[in-house]
Amino acid sequence: MPATSAQPSPSAVAVRRGPAAGQSSAPKVEVRGLSVHYGATRALDDVSLDVPPARVTALVGPSGCGKSTFLRTLNRMIDVVPGARVEGRVAIDGRDVYAAGVDVADVRRRAGMIFRRANPFPKSIFANVAYGPRVGGLAAGPGELEARVEASLQAAGLWDEVKDRLEASALALSGGQQQRLCIARALAVRPEILLLDEPAAALDPIGTQRLEELIHRLKSTYTIVIVTHNMQQAARISDRTAVFWLGRLVEYDRTDRIFTAPSQRITEDYVTGRFG
Amino acid sequence: MRPVIPTDPERGVARALLACACLPLLVTGALLLVLLLETADLLRGVPPLELLLGAPWPPAGGGRPGLLPLVAGTLLVALAALAVALPAGLLSAVYLSEYAPAAVRRALAPLLALLAAVPTVVYGYFALRFVTPLLQGFVPGLADANALSPGIVAGVMILPMVTALAVDALQGVPRGLREAARALGATRAQAVLRVVLPAAGAGIAAAVFLAAARAVGETMIVAIAAGGQPRLTANPLAPVETLAAYIVHAARGAPPGDLDQQAIFAVGLLLFAGTFGLNLIGNWLRRRGGEAPG
Repeated sequence: MPATSAQPSPSAVAVRRGPAAGQSSAPKVEVRGLSVHYGATRALDDVSLDVPPARVTALVGPSGCGKSTFLRTLNRMIDVVPGARVEGRVAIDGRDVYAAGVDVADVRRRAGMIFRRANPFPKSIFANVAYGPRVGGLAAGPGELEARVEASLQAAGLWDEVKDRLEASALALSGGQQQRLCIARALAVRPEILLLDEPAAALDPIGTQRLEELIHRLKSTYTIVIVTHNMQQAARISDRTAVFWLGRLVEYDRTDRIFTAPSQRITEDYVTGRFG
Repeated sequence: MRPVIPTDPERGVARALLACACLPLLVTGALLLVLLLETADLLRGVPPLELLLGAPWPPAGGGRPGLLPLVAGTLLVALAALAVALPAGLLSAVYLSEYAPAAVRRALAPLLALLAAVPTVVYGYFALRFVTPLLQGFVPGLADANALSPGIVAGVMILPMVTALAVDALQGVPRGLREAARALGATRAQAVLRVVLPAAGAGIAAAVFLAAARAVGETMIVAIAAGGQPRLTANPLAPVETLAAYIVHAARGAPPGDLDQQAIFAVGLLLFAGTFGLNLIGNWLRRRGGEAPG
């Protein structure tokens, strides 16, 4: 798949210093000087990065490099990790999500999250997708909840497989279906951003392929950030790739350049599989 | 002559250990056998329906009716105990599992376990000498011996067990389910109420049954504070007698060979069947809860 970003990309060094110059549209997510500590351990060190809207941005790097931690700072899911401390600025559409008085639930509804292991609730398929609208009081009118559930399942490419058994347990679905159900569940609160944390880590090749096709379909509507361990996956599905190494952002550029003409030695070593 | 090959000493050790492991089973089996034989013997003289429902029997104490009042008293005390232990145990479990910082959890859990170390006879006198007079201050019509006070105290006694089992059940719920709920904008309370508690349902139901088994079998507290008067009543303010407490009182009073003495076995069998059944259901639910989706 060719990289579709036509925007001029700043060099990795420029990205780390400040806002990218010459971007045609405002970034969806703007991260500046972000550091995260778990107790005395530093997991992220002074990361600055812009996530463009309606694109897939991949976060890659070896285990423990901070990419999942970074993902969790974007929707404040880092808050539920005991002992985590966040410094720096994360802004969605220019609004700081860590500012005083921000409604955390609202932030999380705007930036939905999909986890490494599919985690459907032990409830029916319908109740899974309806959960977010229900706890948020988002579906008021009669039939509105049903409509939302159907639209979300349609968007996640699961509707045809489950429309006749919405009341069946979500746990009866296959692993790949469960992961797409989790995406439908996230879509039901109408997010603008989807944060995916190695969503295909536990899937077989067929499940992975269907998930990647789904991500490709969703990216015209949603800003997608995906953490992946799989270099080929990053190359296949992302427009931009950020390489993390020991809590630092080493390089951030168009995916094709990361894979063909990286500016950093670490990036080259990593994407060619010299370590990992 | 061929040399004697020494047998493997390991096998001897394994056999000895197996014998030790079987000992409790043998004892329980023998116990059950004695209960069944004695009860069968008793039933030759007294028809089962009469034994359960009425007729002036057993004779000791003059014209007391059958076992039904004992069952009623047992249920009354057990219900009072569960009414205390379930809400309190569930709420403390939710706090410990979902809200408490790790340091608080580490400090509180052993303290709760300590409650289980108090001998029940101490709880019994506590119910009789402290809780009953205290309650009489604002519960009009509370007799000096009653079902309510030992019920409440038995509830306190089983509270650590309910809490520990419920904490286990809650901790068995995969963290991913909490994260999924929070990531959808649920507050911590919403995640607990709508995801964690339902997912822990089987384990919590197990806690209810295992706690009920303890409450039904609880003996010393009721023997001391409930009054020892078999009474067919649903009034927790009146004196009652429970199955377990009846055994204590009858064993102390009746001469061997007496009908009362034989009735002990029937009561024992009923009690055994009740607590065994509750434990069986509880453990089955607990195993099922353990198979919660990963």
